[in-house]
Amino acid sequence: MAWFKKTAVTSSDPSKKVKIPEGLWVKCADCKEIVYRKEFEKNLKVCPKCNYHSRIGVKERIALTTDAGSFVEIAVELQSCDPLDFTDTIAYKERILSNQSKAGLKDAVTAGTAAINKNPAVVAVMDFSFMGGSMGSAVGEKMVRAAEAAIEHRLPLIVFTSSGGARMQEGIFSLMQMAKVSAAVGRLKKYPLPYITVLTDPTFGGVSASFAMLGDIIIAEPKSLIGFAGARVIQQTINQQLPDDFQQAEFLLKKGLIDKVVHRKDLKTSIARLIRMLRGAPKNA
Amino acid sequence: MKIYLDFERPIEELELKIEELTQLSGTNGTGLESEITALRQRLQELRKEIFLGLSPWQKCQLARHPERPYTLDYIERITTEFTELHGDRRFADDPAIIAGFGMIDTIPVMIAGHQKGRGTKNRIIRNFGQPHPEGYRKALRIMKLAERFNLPIVTFVDTPGAFPGIGAEERGQSEAIATNLMEIFSIGVPIISIVIGEGGSGGALALSVADRLVMLEHSVYSVISPEGCTAILWSSGKVLNQDDYARAASALKMTAADLMAFNIIDAVIEEPQGGAHRDPAESAANVKRYILREIEKLRGIPVEQLIETRHQKFRNIGVYAENAGQVS
Repeated sequence: MAWFKKTAVTSSDPSKKVKIPEGLWVKCADCKEIVYRKEFEKNLKVCPKCNYHSRIGVKERIALTTDAGSFVEIAVELQSCDPLDFTDTIAYKERILSNQSKAGLKDAVTAGTAAINKNPAVVAVMDFSFMGGSMGSAVGEKMVRAAEAAIEHRLPLIVFTSSGGARMQEGIFSLMQMAKVSAAVGRLKKYPLPYITVLTDPTFGGVSASFAMLGDIIIAEPKSLIGFAGARVIQQTINQQLPDDFQQAEFLLKKGLIDKVVHRKDLKTSIARLIRMLRGAPKNA
Repeated sequence: MKIYLDFERPIEELELKIEELTQLSGTNGTGLESEITALRQRLQELRKEIFLGLSPWQKCQLARHPERPYTLDYIERITTEFTELHGDRRFADDPAIIAGFGMIDTIPVMIAGHQKGRGTKNRIIRNFGQPHPEGYRKALRIMKLAERFNLPIVTFVDTPGAFPGIGAEERGQSEAIATNLMEIFSIGVPIISIVIGEGGSGGALALSVADRLVMLEHSVYSVISPEGCTAILWSSGKVLNQDDYARAASALKMTAADLMAFNIIDAVIEEPQGGAHRDPAESAANVKRYILREIEKLRGIPVEQLIETRHQKFRNIGVYAENAGQVS
C-alpha cells in the first residue's frame, strides 16, 4: 500500500512546487503556459500561445470598446438587497459588501451611454469578478434600464456578458430576472435598433438562457466557454466523454448558435461596422 | 401499492390499521364500526397535522412524489377531446413536453406542460420531465397557433430543469429558453401558468411567463434544486446528506407560501388533504375551477392592456437598493 501513498504525498508537497514571482509572469488559465506579463498585457490579456482571451474587468472593457472619455454611466447606485435573508458559508449581505470592496463595483454589471468609433450606443458590461457575474435583482434591473435607455434615446444596445448564471442567494428573484430582461429585450426589438451581444468567458445558465442568446447579432471572444449547463453537470448526468472543444465559442459557431468569433483587438471595429451598416440604410420614399 | 414518503409513515400505519379492521368487520360483522370511524377521524387529524407542518424539504419531496399527478393526469381530468400535437418542425418531438388543444367545459384552450413519466420505462421516454430545446420550440410554436385562433393558454409546470446534455447544448438549449421567455411576453391571448409539482429553474420558467402564475399548495419553485445549491455553496468536498438538503431548501424559500409572500405568484391552489396524489380528481377539480374563473376575467381585458399588464408584472419583480448607502 505504501508506494502510491508516497507518490500522492510528494506530488502535493507545496515546498516542491515551482515558485513563480508575483507580478512578472502570468499563467494562462487555459493552456497553463507561463507568459511574460508585459507581453500578455500588450496583447490585451490574450494568451500569445493559445489565443485564450482571459477575463477582463469593466474598466478595461470600456477602455477597449468605447471612445476615450465617452462613457457616461447610468443607474450608478443600483445594488442588490437580501430578500431571502440568505446565508451560505457567510451571510449574503456580507458577501455583497466584500465583493463590492474587492471588485470596486456595486454589482456585476455596469451600464452607460458611450460612443464606439463615433457611433453612439448604450453599452452594458458584466464583470465576472463580482460574484461570478451572477444575475440577481440589481443586474436584472440594470439590464432592463439599459434596454429602456436604448429605446428612449433610439440607440443600439451592446452587451458584454460574463456570468456563471443566476445568483442563487436571491432565489426565485434571480430566476425571474431572466424573464424580466428578456421582456425588455423583446420591447427593444420592436424598434430598428441593433442589439448586439458579445459573449465572453464564461457565459452560462440564466444569463446565457436570457439576454445573451437573444442578440440580433451574437459575437463571442475566441475560446470563451458558453452554454446552458456547466460541463461538470453534463458529465455527471450523461456519464459520457464530452467533445474536446465542447461549449467553446468555436464549437457554438460550428453548431450555428452564434454569428461570429472575433478577436478582442478587433471587437471595437467589428461592432462599430455592424452598427453603421444596420443603421445606415436610406429610408424608403 | 401506494408509495409513502418518510414523513407519511404514521399515515401509512393508520391507513393499514383501518384497512385491517374494515376487512375484519366485513367478514365477522362484529361491532368494530365505531372504532373504525374513530380511526378515520384520527387519520384526518393526523394528515392535517403532518401536512400543515411540512418543512420546505418535505414539500420538495412531495412535489416530486412519484404518484403526484402530472400534466397528462390533469389534462385527462379537466379537458375533453384533448388533441396532442407534436414536433418543433426543426429537429424532433420532445416527449418531455406535452402540447395540444382541448376543451375545458365549453372553452377550447391550448395546453402545454412538462411531462414526467410514471414507471421506469415511461420515465426514460419522458426524460424525467427534462426538456430538450425542441420541447420549448414545440410549445412556443403551438402557443403562437393558439394566439392566431384567439384561444387561451394554460401551462403546467413540472420539471427538475431543462436537460443538461450534449445534444441539448448543440441545439441551443439557452437560445430556446431565452426565445420562449421573450416571445411569450407578446402573445396576445390570456395565459395561465400553474406549477403542479417541481418548478426547476430556467427549464420551468420557459413555460411560466403568464398573466396568472400560480402554484399548487405543495409544489415548489426555485432557481436551483436544494441538491444543486448545496453542492455549490456548502459542499467543500464532504458527502452531503438529507440535513444539508433540508437546510438549502429552507434557505432558498421555494414553497408556494414563500412565493406568495414575495408577491411572485398570484394565488395558491389548495390541494386535497394528504396532497394532490391522494385525490387527483379533487386536485384536478380545484385546478379546473381556478382556470375557468381566471379565463373569464382575463378574456374581458383588451389585448394591448393584457400584454402591458403582463410586461409590468415581471418588470416590477426584483428587490434592489438605489442609494449611495449600504445594503439594507
